[in-house]
Amino acid sequence: MKQKNRQMIIGTVNTPIREIPQVATKLYWGAVKVRWLIGRDHYLVAPGLYATGKPDESSDVFVTANYKLSFDHLRKNLDGIDAWILVLDTKGVNVWCAAGKGTFGTSELVHRIKVTRLGKIVNHRKIIVPQLGAVGIAAHLVKSLTAVCPKPIPGTIKQSQTNINPRILGEIVDHGFRVIFGPVRAKDIKAFIQNRYQTTTEMRTVTFNFSDRIKLLTVDIVYARYKLFAAFAIMFLLSAIDPQGVNLIQAINNGLTAMILITLSYFTGILITPVVLPYIPVRMFAFKGLISGFFLSGILFLTGDLGVGYFGIAAWFLLLPAISSFMTMNFTGASTFTSLSGVKKEMKIFVPIQIFMVSTGLILYIINNLT
Amino acid sequence: MKTMVYIKDVVTLKLNQDKCNGCGMCVKVCPHAVFNIEMGKAEIVKQDYCMECGACALNCRQAAITVLSGLGCGCATGIIENYFAGNRKDCGCSSC
Ligand code: SF4
Ligand code: SF4
Repeated sequence: MKQKNRQMIIGTVNTPIREIPQVATKLYWGAVKVRWLIGRDHYLVAPGLYATGKPDESSDVFVTANYKLSFDHLRKNLDGIDAWILVLDTKGVNVWCAAGKGTFGTSELVHRIKVTRLGKIVNHRKIIVPQLGAVGIAAHLVKSLTAVCPKPIPGTIKQSQTNINPRILGEIVDHGFRVIFGPVRAKDIKAFIQNRYQTTTEMRTVTFNFSDRIKLLTVDIVYARYKLFAAFAIMFLLSAIDPQGVNLIQAINNGLTAMILITLSYFTGILITPVVLPYIPVRMFAFKGLISGFFLSGILFLTGDLGVGYFGIAAWFLLLPAISSFMTMNFTGASTFTSLSGVKKEMKIFVPIQIFMVSTGLILYIINNLT
Repeated sequence: MKTMVYIKDVVTLKLNQDKCNGCGMCVKVCPHAVFNIEMGKAEIVKQDYCMECGACALNCRQAAITVLSGLGCGCATGIIENYFAGNRKDCGCSSC
């Protein structure tokens, strides 16, 4: 981690408090590796304050997570701008998900402002937080919690008390930091600054277009591979069953076929369905996956790849769509528009269907081997 | 660019206009342009676009908005893992 940090640090910037590391705004190929989860755990940035260009006490402060990709994205888009970057400790998770989990949150931001003594480094009280961080950061609480008044607020600060206006407790020395929610995408930062720190509806809205979906897929596929191996193992075991007891040659032959079929349905669910997501005319993800899984089974049936036994063919017509459906359902987490209530609703309907299809499919598969 | 609409009429988002002072914060934080300010009050214009992220409710200092938000995103993997692990508020999947 130390080494990674050293690579991107190109100098220091002097402030009245201490020297702040200055980071490069040009990137190298590290970002590509993260997508594929190679050494992902090491992609943390030490929390704290960083500089791009030569910022001074009037320069803007941008907040981000200590996930290297988020950080890299930000510094790349700050190329040519003299600014401060305040990195929060989100345990290496990106802004949006960390905000959902609460690690990219009000208390961490307030804490980080205090430990970096940001108030002594800049003379303004404006701090720019990526808008998706609003899921974890309450702007009005950050302001009152970073305000300084001579008389401390008595007792511990409870949730209900945090919006007490410090003014009533005495003369204020510091009004606290005002959070401005910046654009969702770091590439809009320059336009945002030009627009006098106002986001347009466009900058605020999350999209979910073709390239967004492709980017998410790579992470998803690598992550879910273990489930796939478990499925292979089960199919090899079941393929061994035959009327005489156990048949190892059949286990290998049919097991390999099963492996290929499962892999195909797996990729149909996790890759093809998400890519064509908007074109499948039902709303529920699990249903979308089910439909494309049926299509896959149909195609494989026509090419004769589902075998010849009736029971076997029926088994695959149940198993393949179920796998595809399950995988697409899991893609809800990577999408950017699914609500929790919606996902719960579709799971209530489709998880029982998937379980039924898989168990019936497996029974039919065994019957096929026994007849 | 148009965002996609998910399942209709399931979202738990509610707005109490009596408490609202029209500050516009909800409009600023919403990633799906669900709110609009009309005559000094917020109104929900695209309920079905809401993904229950909770940003609006957290940032409304009038506490005029309520929404049942989960992990910040609706995520089947998260729900399944929570189910087996007993509700730890963490999805643990790498896509998120
Ligand atoms: S944030 Fe709350 S008070 Fe402000 S406009 Fe929205 S609903 Fe009204
Ligand atoms: S919960 Fe999130 S998506 Fe829904 S209205 Fe509020 S800010 Fe918008």
